[in-house]
Amino acid sequence: MLNNQGRPTAAGEATGSAHPTFTGNRALQVEEALLFEIGRADCTGVDLDEPAPFTPRLGGLERKGEIGLVGLSEPETMRHFVRLSQKNYGIDTGLFPLGSCTMKHNPRLNEKMARLPGFSDIHPLQPQSTVQGALELIDQLAHWLMVLTGTSAVAMSPKAGAHGELAGMMAIKAAIDAKGEGAVRKVVLVPESAHGTNPATAALIGFVVKPVPAQDDGTVHVEDVKALLGPDVAAIMLTNPNTCGIFEPQIVEIAKAMHDAGAYFYCDGANFNAIVGKARPGDLGIDAMHINLHKTFSTPHGGGGPGAGPVVLSDRLSRFAPLPFIRKNGGRFALVETADQAGDVQAFGRVTAFHGQMGMYVRALSYMLSHGSDGMKQASEDAVLNANYIRAGLEDLMSLPFPDHPSMHEALFDDSWLKDSGVTTLDFAKAMIDEGYHPMTMYFPLVVHGAMLIEPTESESRASLDLFIMTLRDLALRAKRGETERFSAAPYHAPRRRLDETRAARNPILRWTPPQPIQQAAE
Amino acid sequence: MRYLPLSDADRTAMLARIGVKDIDALFADIPADKLLKAPVDLPRRKGELEVERQLGRLAAKNVPASSVPFFVGAGAYKHHVPATVDHLIQRSEFLTSYTPYQPEIAQGTLQYLFEFQTQVALLTGMEVANASMYDGSTGTGEAVLMAHRITKRRKAVLSGGLHPHYAEVVRTLSHMASDAVVSAPASPLADEDLIALIDGETSCVVVQNPDVFGNIRDLRPIAAAAQAKGALLIAVFTEAVSLGLVESPGAMGADIVVGEGQSIGNALNFGGPYVGLFAAKQKYVRQMPGRLCGETVDAEGQRGFVLTLSTREQHIRRDKATSNICTNSGLCCLAFTIHMTLLGEAGLKRLARINHAHAVKLADALAGVKGVSVLNKAFFNEFTIRVPGKAADVVEKLAAKGVLGGVPYSRLAPEAGHDDLILVASTEVNSDDDRAAFVAALKEVL
Ligand SMILES: Cc1ncc(COP(=O)(O)O)c(C=O)c1O
Repeated sequence: MLNNQGRPTAAGEATGSAHPTFTGNRALQVEEALLFEIGRADCTGVDLDEPAPFTPRLGGLERKGEIGLVGLSEPETMRHFVRLSQKNYGIDTGLFPLGSCTMKHNPRLNEKMARLPGFSDIHPLQPQSTVQGALELIDQLAHWLMVLTGTSAVAMSPKAGAHGELAGMMAIKAAIDAKGEGAVRKVVLVPESAHGTNPATAALIGFVVKPVPAQDDGTVHVEDVKALLGPDVAAIMLTNPNTCGIFEPQIVEIAKAMHDAGAYFYCDGANFNAIVGKARPGDLGIDAMHINLHKTFSTPHGGGGPGAGPVVLSDRLSRFAPLPFIRKNGGRFALVETADQAGDVQAFGRVTAFHGQMGMYVRALSYMLSHGSDGMKQASEDAVLNANYIRAGLEDLMSLPFPDHPSMHEALFDDSWLKDSGVTTLDFAKAMIDEGYHPMTMYFPLVVHGAMLIEPTESESRASLDLFIMTLRDLALRAKRGETERFSAAPYHAPRRRLDETRAARNPILRWTPPQPIQQAAE
Repeated sequence: MRYLPLSDADRTAMLARIGVKDIDALFADIPADKLLKAPVDLPRRKGELEVERQLGRLAAKNVPASSVPFFVGAGAYKHHVPATVDHLIQRSEFLTSYTPYQPEIAQGTLQYLFEFQTQVALLTGMEVANASMYDGSTGTGEAVLMAHRITKRRKAVLSGGLHPHYAEVVRTLSHMASDAVVSAPASPLADEDLIALIDGETSCVVVQNPDVFGNIRDLRPIAAAAQAKGALLIAVFTEAVSLGLVESPGAMGADIVVGEGQSIGNALNFGGPYVGLFAAKQKYVRQMPGRLCGETVDAEGQRGFVLTLSTREQHIRRDKATSNICTNSGLCCLAFTIHMTLLGEAGLKRLARINHAHAVKLADALAGVKGVSVLNKAFFNEFTIRVPGKAADVVEKLAAKGVLGGVPYSRLAPEAGHDDLILVASTEVNSDDDRAAFVAALKEVL
């Protein structure tokens, strides 16, 4: 029984400013030491019995000495990682308008489905007769991806977007080699607005990257592409909708120009989420396109991964898919894992061990089944509607570099509206943190000065968008009024103040090392 | 639709605010003849219950590892993962966050990456580790490219004990990049002469330990021979638990160490997502692929963590980057780090001893079956048996008897001509009853 006597129940005079605390903690914000500072070498949070004595058969190569690892009991482990989690911002915390990254809601049904033992507890190399349901699921997901993109083949195994780019560009290279043009077609055209993975991928497999100039309206013009075409061009890598959030209006002409020149069209599909159910990339003339399941189909980003990057292929490339793939024989599903089983597919090899990101496939299919064809179309429309609503709410205060095109799923602003304010894009982003928002993508794409790329996704309600718009308007007005210190030293309220990245790079400390015993000052 | 907050009234009001008459006005840049008039030919939306039923039916057609005596390995291993791990990685703030581009509100991710990098460096016996690759196989491909950059040579020598999928990933990448690869033939007895394949053009030698046949190898002579010719030793592992009992690759002289971290904290998942571990000598850090997390301080002098040395990476260096990787295996690193924290040094070593003990017991039991021989002299938790007849048929017949008894080597490398070899793994999850069931079933099918 609680005794309330003498216990004030009103807040009273409890105002005033905060003092530093003894612990350094601030109530729910609890400082947490590194695992290596709190763990013990002899502590374990797992109960295991020592095996009965036996003669080891390690060939004399037993590991000697301490590894240096530490352990924690289960309650300490729980507390360590829960406290760490509380220093993170996620979609479930609030609006996460990170352009190009598509931070949409992650339904927990998908997590539950991926954890069914029939999916999570099966081995990639157990007999195929014991994993028919898994192969059927991959086949179904492949079907949905092909229908949504209007293509006739898909390589499922790439492990993320950039890996899909690699597989797609390898298919293009294999097709070019098969025509005997490998020694000549060495150039890949990449617009300056492209994501860094595009040029990096092309270069990784020996292509020479040639930039395509950006036009003043934020799109690629077919005439600029044609001017670069020649017998040395292998492909173009073009993002659509592009990284400025605009659907490339001349995409069909660009595809035709590439094909007429004997070259291929790789489409970066990171922004496919804007047009699912509205248009099919296959109808636009693409030859290969990766799909980031962790963007468009909502598998969680998990603080940086894992993802999945299946790459759809046109008829011109489908013969050059990587291994493995699934073949349906009557009601049975068979994995084609090696070149000798591939038949008339001239598989160019493998991009990964095993069969790809099953855990992501289950989540993505669960997302697709839930939405259905109608829900996915609606999701694309809402994503585009929300981005344009934000744009309409901010365009009088912030500057739009490309006002002539409607935005698709993301609205791009530049920093010309901040000119002479003393506030930079970075400062503005950090001030958003104090307001409880994750910042938008900054300084990408590179074709726009001080870029701010805002992607709200379809997961935001109108009330949430209204508050976001009002918050950004308030900040924008303050920036224009010259309240610079609100920005230049932001964030004030995050678990950490602004971090010194220069120092981290100049003297890299990439792991914990035991503190050195203090040297006696002998000299 | 339960995931979409906007009502039709919202949509109408928002279109009015934007100043367009209908939603398709916003899609005006799509050529009119390409805009879909009708929904694509796929089913309509479904409630949770229906989705659960439909996916549940597919899941029920598979045989989970936990439901049978299970001895399948060859690059992915069935281990017990403590319940705490899966609970913690589903914390919203971990699960639904992005790559920590805004470090002030991503210290949770950054601190565990720093802890992860430290654990991986210690386990592998190396100085630095990165914040993960997609998996062990893609990491191996990246390690070869890194060795080429360091040595300015373009020829890799692959051991015949390297997992055939890993070797295929390296060969595919190398072929596409016009780099040379010399692959030693499959060596079930680990008796290959790799040193003879190293010459003045060799950039790196890639050796797996324990190798795909389960053999434990002494990397020291290969390291010395490679380094004497100006080449690097890339040591690969597919079973991270082995690092708790077998001499570390770093101590045996490796320059780059890469491996699969699935065994610790991560489920089998039919092959993915997994987590590629990647470590190297400090002097090579600027040639490493992937993200690196580093320590720094904030404006008030408090310790904090950031992504660093990013001038190596695609978003800064574009076509000059050390790799094209962007999204990696973040959440799988977290699972690895939590499980490793629970194990600790003492728990990991004990887990490794249990694995080895179980494999020794199983090897002895299987060697007692008429017609079966165990090839390995030294092994950790996996070894190779030779059976009379085709290994693939034997494994299929075992499955029909409810025992998942390993991987026929011919499934990984049909052209190698080792049709009678089965790779067999035994971890802490196998009981004496499981082993007895395996022996009994094998006797019946042979
Ligand atoms: C436009 C674009 N292309 C490619 C990628 C690479 O995808 P991933 O991170 O899945 O490798 C991204 C992701 O950040 C992107 O935004």
